[in-house]
Amino acid sequence: MNPLRDTALVFRRYILQTLRNPVWMFFGIVQPIMYLVLFAPLLVKVASSAPGFPKGGAYNVFIPGLLVQLGLFGASGVGFGLISELRMGVIERFRVTPISRISLLLGRALRDVVIVTAQSLLLVICAIPFGLTINAGGILLALVLIALIGLMTASLSYTIALAVKSEDAFAPIVFGATLPLLLLSGVLLPLQLAPGWLRTVAAFNPLKYAVDAARAAFNSHLTDIAVVQGFAVMLGLGIVAVVLAARAFGRAVA
Amino acid sequence: MTTAIAPAEDAALAPDGGVAIRTRRLRRTFTTRGGGTVEAVRGVDLEVRNGEIFGFLGPNGAGKTTTLRMLATLLTPTSGEAVVAGADLLTQGGLVRRRIGYVGQTGGSDIIETGRGELVFQGRLHGMSKSQAEVRAAELLETLEIQSCADRKTQTYSGGQRRRLDIAIGLMHRPRLVFLDEPTTGLDPQARAHLWTEVRKLRDSGTTVFLTTHYLEEADALCDRVAIIDHGSIVIEGSPDALKRQVAGDAITLSLQGEHENAFAQLQALPFVREASAENGLIRLYVDRGETAMPALMRALDAANLEMATLTVARPSLDDVFLAKTGRSLRDDNPN
Repeated sequence: MNPLRDTALVFRRYILQTLRNPVWMFFGIVQPIMYLVLFAPLLVKVASSAPGFPKGGAYNVFIPGLLVQLGLFGASGVGFGLISELRMGVIERFRVTPISRISLLLGRALRDVVIVTAQSLLLVICAIPFGLTINAGGILLALVLIALIGLMTASLSYTIALAVKSEDAFAPIVFGATLPLLLLSGVLLPLQLAPGWLRTVAAFNPLKYAVDAARAAFNSHLTDIAVVQGFAVMLGLGIVAVVLAARAFGRAVA
Repeated sequence: MTTAIAPAEDAALAPDGGVAIRTRRLRRTFTTRGGGTVEAVRGVDLEVRNGEIFGFLGPNGAGKTTTLRMLATLLTPTSGEAVVAGADLLTQGGLVRRRIGYVGQTGGSDIIETGRGELVFQGRLHGMSKSQAEVRAAELLETLEIQSCADRKTQTYSGGQRRRLDIAIGLMHRPRLVFLDEPTTGLDPQARAHLWTEVRKLRDSGTTVFLTTHYLEEADALCDRVAIIDHGSIVIEGSPDALKRQVAGDAITLSLQGEHENAFAQLQALPFVREASAENGLIRLYVDRGETAMPALMRALDAANLEMATLTVARPSLDDVFLAKTGRSLRDDNPN
């Protein structure tokens, strides 16, 4: 079978499911909006007074991190839907058809990427009245980065879901992994404010490089080494995650 | 694309036209958490002929579903070989998937989709165009009598409606061989009877049906041939009638008017009586075929001037077959 046609077919099924029940999509954007409205204003004074706070102003530092958080949180829970489909025998049914194996993953992960990217764009637009300054190239670059984070996270989420096959085992893994990853990436407050040991630990967190890259992009430093690093790390991990997930789909047994 | 939906032309590719499934020493082991291995299926040899309803029977955990999942390409055999729908299971998995329909134990339709939506999507998975899939979906909705709920979410379906939808999904691409894993489990008697009718219609239209069940009555009433699996091995294989005849024969139980001292000896000596026993004035004769033994028995009784008081003929059940072969009753393992 033609993998492109198959991926489009699977994508269409899942994007329609999401659009038929858009509550979850808005649910996913509520939390970042709350951070924007109820937390970001606290940073304005900190940004101008704290030594070491990166340049660019509170919003241009905070919003890129918030986008990374949206990408990670938004895509990490997609395994829940897969587990319920495993239980209903839907995935098993798909596997006894000639559809290309990788399309089973790519079609649905593409849906997740589209949703996360659309939410990110919405968040950026909402942040402009608060004082976010934007440049077209930087936003485009940041959105591609968020799409990559979404692809990687969704793929990992599916891999874990296929391995554990139950919500009870899946939930603690996902919640246990995402929070430390976020805190150690400097999303809420920049790691420039962190003590030395925390910065050392954070250096091992791939998401930190994504946050640095997104901040550089938003501040018009499109050719900054941080951008190159961030993309390299996310692209590498994204490929690994997709391969893992595609293999898991190939041998998934409900 | 047409190869995916037209089974007829595949027939030429089949190495042996008469056989839908042939397995040789099919084996599957699982590794347990402790590191040990469990042999779920230990060298199964099966032959399913084209156009028959083949029943795969056995207690829970006997290896029924593991075997079926291997034949449907969902599990890789540890060793052995098989030809399924004319394609080699180990090297032509894609071709097998194109030619078979598979209806799992849990169904396979999503509760948030409509029946029609699932049918059309299934057709598309098999390479049909949207319009081809829509035409075929409408056809199956009508055949299986689920038009009334076609455009509702499957969440709202009754057990019988859902099962018929599951089967319709498995038939979308007109497969020549359909696997049904426990198709009637959990259905009420009426829905079960309805489903049996559908399965027979399938067979009559030339489709081979391979089903698993732990309802012995179902296997008896529905299947042309059955195989019984126990502890991962095939215990016996054949038509339900032949199996029952082979292990037990029909039982004729009769009582006579008045006292006849040597009546039992006379009846026991009849050439068509395999075994006989007597207790509490009831004589039980085991014969190969009840329907042919009866007239002969009548004549023998007449000739000996014996008069019958009561008479019953009992067919042995498949459970008797299982009992005879394994020393256990199938029902003990299956409270449901």
